[in-house]
Amino acid sequence: MATRTENPWIRRTLIGIALLYLGLFIFLPLVVVFYTGLSKGLAVYFQSFSDPAALSAIRLTVLTALIAVPLNLVFGIAASWAIAKFDFWGKNLLTTLIDLPLSVSPVISGLIFILLFGAQGAFGPWLMDHGIKVIFAPPAIILATIFVTFPMVARELIPVMKAQGNEEEEAALTLGASGFQTFWRITLPNIKWGLLYGVILCNARAMGEFGAVSVVSGHIRGQTNTLPLHIEILYNEYNFTAAFAAASLLALLALVTLFLKSIVEYRYRAELKAAVRTENV
Amino acid sequence: MIKLLKTKSTLPGFHIAFGYTIFYLGLIVLIPLSMLFAKTSTMGFGEFWSVVTHPRTLAALRLSFGASLIAGLINVVFGFLIAWVLARYRFPGKKIVDAFVDFPFALPTAVTGIALTALYSQNGWIGKHLYALGIESAYSPLGITLALIFIGLPFVVRTVEPVLQELDVELEDAAASLGANRWQTFTKVLFPNVVPALITGFTLAFARAIGEYGSVIFIAGNMPGKTEIAPLLIMTKLEQYDYSGAAAIAVVMLIVSFTLLSATNFLQWFFSKKIGMN
Repeated sequence: MATRTENPWIRRTLIGIALLYLGLFIFLPLVVVFYTGLSKGLAVYFQSFSDPAALSAIRLTVLTALIAVPLNLVFGIAASWAIAKFDFWGKNLLTTLIDLPLSVSPVISGLIFILLFGAQGAFGPWLMDHGIKVIFAPPAIILATIFVTFPMVARELIPVMKAQGNEEEEAALTLGASGFQTFWRITLPNIKWGLLYGVILCNARAMGEFGAVSVVSGHIRGQTNTLPLHIEILYNEYNFTAAFAAASLLALLALVTLFLKSIVEYRYRAELKAAVRTENV
Repeated sequence: MIKLLKTKSTLPGFHIAFGYTIFYLGLIVLIPLSMLFAKTSTMGFGEFWSVVTHPRTLAALRLSFGASLIAGLINVVFGFLIAWVLARYRFPGKKIVDAFVDFPFALPTAVTGIALTALYSQNGWIGKHLYALGIESAYSPLGITLALIFIGLPFVVRTVEPVLQELDVELEDAAASLGANRWQTFTKVLFPNVVPALITGFTLAFARAIGEYGSVIFIAGNMPGKTEIAPLLIMTKLEQYDYSGAAAIAVVMLIVSFTLLSATNFLQWFFSKKIGMN
C-alpha cells in the first residue's frame, strides 16, 4: 500500500495547495458577489429587485430560456435518435457540426445574426419593409441564445442512447408496439437522467448568456435587457450594490444548477453504466 | 440518395429524425455561420488584408492568443494538481469541493466579470495587496489572464480526473515491485498516461479563452492596442457599423482556433499512439 501513495506530508501539502487555489480563485469571487450585493443591508438588496427594469430583465431572461431550452431539447432527441440508433454516411461530420457552436466566440455568435437580420444584413431590408423587428429586439436575443446552447442537450443524449443499444426497442417493436409507444415507454425512461442533465446545463447557459445576447440586444432598458445585460448597465452606471444584487440572483442560479447537476450526474452515470453492463451480458 | 443513407437498424423514424436534425442544424447554425464567409468574400482581398493586418487588430489577436496561452498553461499545472488530489486522496468535504470545481462553468460570465473586477481592482480584497506590491491586477493583461484562468480551470480538471481514476493500480504496483520509487513511478508510469488528457484539457480551456468576452471585458480596461481583446474589437467594429471589418476579424479568429484545435488533436493522437505502443 505504501508504494501506491505518497507520504502523508506530501499528501497534506498537495491537498492544501488544491484547496487554497480553489478557495482563492473560484470561491472568493462567489463570496464577493453576495458580500457586495448585501453590503447596504437587506432592504436595499430587495429593493433592487422591485425596479421595473430589473423585473423586465428577469422576465425576458425566463422567456428566452423557456423558448430556447425546449427547442434544443426536441432537436437533441431527434439528433441523438438518428446518430445513436442508426448508421449512415457522414455521421462523424454531423457530430462535429453539432458541437460547432461551442467553439465559436459568443461575440461571433451574435455577429452572425446581425449579418443575417441587421439593417445591412441579408434579410435586413426585407424585414424592414415588412415592419418586422428582429435585431435589437427579443427575437434576436432568443435566436442567439438558441445558437449558443444548440448542442447542449444533444451531446449528453448521444452517448447514453449509444450505450443503450437497439435491442430493447427492437423487442418492443416485434411485440407489436408502435414507433411512438416504443419511444415513449422504452427509450425515454432509459435516457431520462441524461436528458435532465442536458436540460439543466442548457438552461443555465441560456439564462446566463452575455456576449452573444449583448451584440444583438441594443440594450434598450425595460425592453431588450436580459438579466446579465441589466447587470452590465448597472455596473457601468457605478450602481454597484444593485449590480451585485442582480448578480447574486444569477450566482444563486449557478449554485442551484451545480447542486441539481451533481445529484443528476450520479444517476446519469449509473444509467450509462447500466446500459454498458446489459450490453456485455 | 436514400440508398446512401441506408441504415442497418430496423427501428423506425430515421428519416424524420435525420431530416429534422439537418433542417434545424442548417437553420440555426450553418446558414448563420456561412454569413461570416459570405460577408468577408464581398470585401476583396486587399481590404480584408488591411483590416486583418492593421496594428490594432494584430495587437488584439496577440493579446487574446497570448493571454489564453498563459492561462491555459497555468490551468494545466493547477488543474492537474487538483484532479490528482480529487482522484487520489480522501479528505473531509471532498464531494462538495469536487462539485464546486464546475462553478466557473455554471456562473454566467457577466457575474464572473464584475466579481473578479471587484476582487482584483485597487480597492479589492486581493487587489489592494497586489497594488501595494506594485502589481496592477486589474485593467491590465494580468487581469485578463486572471479571468481566463477562472473560466478555464474546470476543462482541465474534468478531462484529467477520470483518466487518473481509471489508471490501473497494477501498473503502479508493478513499477514499485520492480524497484521504482514513488517519484519514478509518477514520472515514468503515471504522468505519460495522463499527457493526452492534459493536452485535451488545455485545448478546450484555450479555445474557450480565445473567444471569451463577458468575464474579461470588465477587468480588461479595454485600451486599444494595450488591453483590447479580439472579441471586443469585433464589438467595437459592430458599434461603428463596420460589419465587414467585424466579419473579417471573426473569420481570422475562427481559422486560427480551428487550426490550433486540429494541431492539438494530432498531438493527442500522436501521444496516445505512443502510449499504446509501449
